[in-house]
Amino acid sequence: MKKGILGLAAGLMLSAAVPAMANESLTQAASDAKQWVMQLGNYAGTRYSELTGITKENVGKLQVAWTFSTGVLRGHEGSPLVIGDVMYVHTPFPNNVYALDLNADGKILWRYHPEQNPDVIGVMCCDTVNRGLAFADGMIFLSQADTTLVALDAKTGAVKWSVQNGDPAKGETSTATPLVVKDKVFVGISGGEYGVRGHMTAYNIKDGSLAWRAYSTGPDAEMLVDPEKTMVLGKPIGADSSLKSWEGDQWQIGGGTTWGWTTYDPELNLIYYGTGNPSTWNPSQRPGDNKWSMTIMARDADTGMAKWFYQKTPHDEWDFDGVNENILVDKEIDGTMRKLLVNFDRNGFGYTLDRETGELLVAEKYDPAVNWATEVVMDPNSDQYGRPQVVAEYSTEQNGEDVNSTGICPAALGSKDQQPATYSPETGLFYVPTNHVCMDYEPFRVSYTAGQPYVGATLSMFPAPDSHGGMGNFIAWDATKGEIVWSLPEQFSVWSGAMATAGGVVFYGTLEGYLKAVDAETGKELYKFKTPSGIIGNVFTYEHGGKQYVGVLSGVGGWAGIGLAAGLTNSNDGLGAVGGYAALSDYTALGGQLTIFALPD
Amino acid sequence: MIKAAPLVAVALLCATAARAEDPPDVAPASNDGVRWFNAEEVPTFKIEEDGTVDWNTFSGFRRYHAECHVCHGPDGEGSTYAPALKDSAMRMDYYDFVGVVAAGRQKVGAAENQVMPAFGINPNVMCYLDDIYTYLRARGSDAIPRGRPAKKEAKTEAYSAAEAACMEG
Repeated sequence: MKKGILGLAAGLMLSAAVPAMANESLTQAASDAKQWVMQLGNYAGTRYSELTGITKENVGKLQVAWTFSTGVLRGHEGSPLVIGDVMYVHTPFPNNVYALDLNADGKILWRYHPEQNPDVIGVMCCDTVNRGLAFADGMIFLSQADTTLVALDAKTGAVKWSVQNGDPAKGETSTATPLVVKDKVFVGISGGEYGVRGHMTAYNIKDGSLAWRAYSTGPDAEMLVDPEKTMVLGKPIGADSSLKSWEGDQWQIGGGTTWGWTTYDPELNLIYYGTGNPSTWNPSQRPGDNKWSMTIMARDADTGMAKWFYQKTPHDEWDFDGVNENILVDKEIDGTMRKLLVNFDRNGFGYTLDRETGELLVAEKYDPAVNWATEVVMDPNSDQYGRPQVVAEYSTEQNGEDVNSTGICPAALGSKDQQPATYSPETGLFYVPTNHVCMDYEPFRVSYTAGQPYVGATLSMFPAPDSHGGMGNFIAWDATKGEIVWSLPEQFSVWSGAMATAGGVVFYGTLEGYLKAVDAETGKELYKFKTPSGIIGNVFTYEHGGKQYVGVLSGVGGWAGIGLAAGLTNSNDGLGAVGGYAALSDYTALGGQLTIFALPD
Repeated sequence: MIKAAPLVAVALLCATAARAEDPPDVAPASNDGVRWFNAEEVPTFKIEEDGTVDWNTFSGFRRYHAECHVCHGPDGEGSTYAPALKDSAMRMDYYDFVGVVAAGRQKVGAAENQVMPAFGINPNVMCYLDDIYTYLRARGSDAIPRGRPAKKEAKTEAYSAAEAACMEG
């Protein structure tokens, strides 16, 4: 026993001795632009590459260099990783992993095929997507659909350890990518449509043992908040902040899942992630602000203790699931350099906050169609400070149960869903893949059964009215002003993660299957190529043998594949309008393929 | 044994072909105060000439778009990974349909990863399954267009009582 305690103490001291080291192997790898070592490109989540081989002048000559079939025909989100001479490719369920040798035309070095009970497929709300692998210390981390977190030896694919993070029988599943910081790997949980109580959990990468777990809702101790020190818009959060914001014990089946992305600031030692919608979708069944669903959370990476929270959509009435990525940049606002956090929320507001304190600096609509709220109150002296001002006509709570609220923009899939945006330090702009879709929403009473859908609303979605008729835009955004700089109309929602490069080019994919390259300054289209299936994956880049490559996974699906495969209609328009909203199935079919592009020799 | 296999295959093909030729009976024949039934006592829809749908069909629309559409797509049209139920409801016998919804179904193999979960213990689905079936048959027979039915009958007291008994029971 004595030995054990000593060993533990020694371990603690070791980790204390390297406080600024994010994860040495990962930080080192991330500083090398030739590799693509985490899903968002870097800890800050900018998805920006310093590589300059492909430029706005030559990108028009891009060609397909090689391709790889994943053998799976469901929605392919996320992207491969490139570590040294090896590319690691993941697939949707059954969550296969391939290690490809870049020195030998992508020869398969090893493959990992997990055994999973297929029952989990039936409790994944929106396709069997997976947003990719993580890497650190010679290990590849995979969070499987059934919530098994696995550490694989990056050289051999051998399982080093695995741990169960949730219970699919209760509707708990996993779609998010893990993130490694120092000696821990963080992983969230999916299942907001099953009444799953969300949490972020840290495991020690050495052996998979639990380090900490922070719930999104419930008692302070389980949420890892300090009533005095955890801040909300400049004030202490106070005791029992979550419990007071729910009726009874609804919080126990109240959602706030954590299936989005996590970013990290090594200097502040804070991780940032968002919590999802409160359950059910029927707001009348859960009076109160439903804290801390729909919240940006800043937590100490070592202890999980919350530094600050900001709830974007108190008492959600529209499923504006608040899990989108928080991009960390340093920029000047009103003449002062600030450490910023930029978030493009499902609710249609682009938020800029001070990431050290959680102070709200900017909150503006990044799609002019957004109509459910007039504004977010920016006056710290107002009792409405930080709260969106809901328009009664579009309030599904005020209109009540069994009433169809019509013409709400954006739709439940948000002005932007999980597909990550990118930031170019050269232009100072954010490039954001967006949805341009509105909805009718009718809430009604439902009962909870563990492991069964717990939705409680019916909705129909349609392209934003009085606009270009398409269902998406790809925009450039100024986060200090809260203004759209340019906007490219797209026929379908842009469901692919974007990537900006030092070559002055921004890449993104479309649901029809095009990989597109545009000028970062003007948005002018410079290149496009139609891949075998619709793209919901994220564009990535790497350099090998002195040459820059750009790649993307094709494989239509995800939530985009649900609504759009059949085409969306506005019931109010009648059948006559359907032709204008041609179905995605006219353009693409299922697939699962990696396409790698390069300039000709 | 080797010969037998093609025979079975042919028999199955014929059965499918025969079914496809015979559209199912969707004509309303009787009403028990809660819903309409066809001549074989299978739940069905009733659409008035001005497009007004019976409450059950509307309820089915609503419940379908809460419980089913995240996999099976809007208006029963199917998605990239789940079949169009407006067609399944026409092809499948009512009792088979109920059985699959209650018990679930799996098609998992090299090319397919389709899993229909079992909803048998879910009152949000099972209490409204006849409504959902009715709605899907109305869609499958083109009796109603895509989208939300514009006009509907009011919910009857008998329906409300049956609904409450099921949801609370």
